[in-house]
Amino acid sequence: MAAPTVSPPVWTPDQPIVQLIDVHKSFGSFEVLKGVSFDVKKGEVICIIGPSGSGKSTLIRCINALVPVSSGTIRVENIEVADPKLDKLALRRKVGMVFQQYNLFPHKTALQNVMMAPIHVLGQDKREVEERARDLLKKVRLSGKEGSYPGELSGGQQQRVAIARSLAMRPDVMLFDEVTAALDPETVKEVLVTIRELAEEGMTCLLVTHEMNFARDIADHIYFTDRGVIVEHGPPATFFTAASDPRTREFLSQVL
Amino acid sequence: MDVIPAWFQNLYETTGLNFTVFYDAYDWNRYVNGLKTTLVLAVVTILVSLVIGAVGALLQSAPSRVVRGAVNAFVVVFRNTPPLVQIFFFYFGVGAVLPAGQDQFGLRQPIIDNLQWAIIALSLFAGAFNVEIFRSGIEAVPKTTVEAAEALGYTRIRAYLFVILPLALRVCLPALNNNLVNLLKTTTLAYAIAVPETLYAVKQIWSESQNVLEMMLVLFVTYGVLVGLLVWIMHRWEKALRIPGYGR
Repeated sequence: MAAPTVSPPVWTPDQPIVQLIDVHKSFGSFEVLKGVSFDVKKGEVICIIGPSGSGKSTLIRCINALVPVSSGTIRVENIEVADPKLDKLALRRKVGMVFQQYNLFPHKTALQNVMMAPIHVLGQDKREVEERARDLLKKVRLSGKEGSYPGELSGGQQQRVAIARSLAMRPDVMLFDEVTAALDPETVKEVLVTIRELAEEGMTCLLVTHEMNFARDIADHIYFTDRGVIVEHGPPATFFTAASDPRTREFLSQVL
Repeated sequence: MDVIPAWFQNLYETTGLNFTVFYDAYDWNRYVNGLKTTLVLAVVTILVSLVIGAVGALLQSAPSRVVRGAVNAFVVVFRNTPPLVQIFFFYFGVGAVLPAGQDQFGLRQPIIDNLQWAIIALSLFAGAFNVEIFRSGIEAVPKTTVEAAEALGYTRIRAYLFVILPLALRVCLPALNNNLVNLLKTTTLAYAIAVPETLYAVKQIWSESQNVLEMMLVLFVTYGVLVGLLVWIMHRWEKALRIPGYGR
């Protein structure tokens, strides 16, 4: 693979907003990622699909440094994620993440969940944050649920609070790690609608998903991973109809 | 207000049951001062031991192996040795080697007095237990919840303060409750280094008035009520921390 290039001092929007070059990751002797490279342009929606255990989740967790890479380069704007001197706060301000299990803070109300990080982490003004948090809850259609605790909300509602919580940090990139996998089919839709709106507003989104129809609908580019490598990728139109790799074809025949 | 002393005086004259504390102002004052010292001892050690527990539990997951080792050594030392021995160690051992001033009569004036040594020793003793109690709570907090905090830019310490500790506390409150009740009762050990707490005061009273049985009764009731009060406060706290829709 190409040797890691020198990081540009300033990032400009015509450069990839997220860039992976030959990323490897091992847990012990088990190599989960075996050299993954791709670029994401600003405003693009990327879907990563593939069988379980193919390293999809690990891949997007590497992007916000929840999982440290073993080797390779990851760049978010001009931040070198694999740099040992990485400023994690700077990275996580730019990259929001939504999890499969929502992971809301159960001891805080929906509104407080959205408000916490901007106040605790960024030290922003409480009143200004509250106003923004209320707007965000409205945006994810949860007006009226501000005072509810996560335990009083349905899965779909919790997941939308989680999206609002992430957006409150005003990220440039959003990572979605199988965010509908724990939801029942009816509530999947309400979460997908929220994500679609975000994507339409120009948010750069990376999704790991099993929702093939949604991926086909929303993605600008689809990556298929298997056993730690990207087997095939392309825009949805060609990916779903003209996949050339046998593993991809087999996977698609099972899920479509 | 004279009804109570008169009643106890009468009780003594008719039955021989001698509750001097309730009719003799001097004994009453000694008892009340003992109670005040017990309260100071209990409240300060409870608060300090809680801080030790919370900080210790945080340091148990510190990146530095030296720090983690130090916390574990602290827990082992203070959990595996008797609290009375610890009090003696601080008061007679450490206290003796510390520099001391002199009072106006040229007598040795230690920089840390016996009440302060008792507070130090008991806080460390109960703190060691609290470290382990907090750890049990921390381990019950899902790793994914902590990850969510990290992903939002929380540092380890901020995540601990705002997410992990509040959740852990709810899990470990019953165990904490137990340990604090024990601590309250263990404050009587300060007697051994002549801290004038309740047991010490009551012992003085019964030595002079030869009313051991009556004063024992007062002692039991006093600690029964104190512990009852603490448990009541802890239950109120538990209730206040309950989260709608979470857990039971």
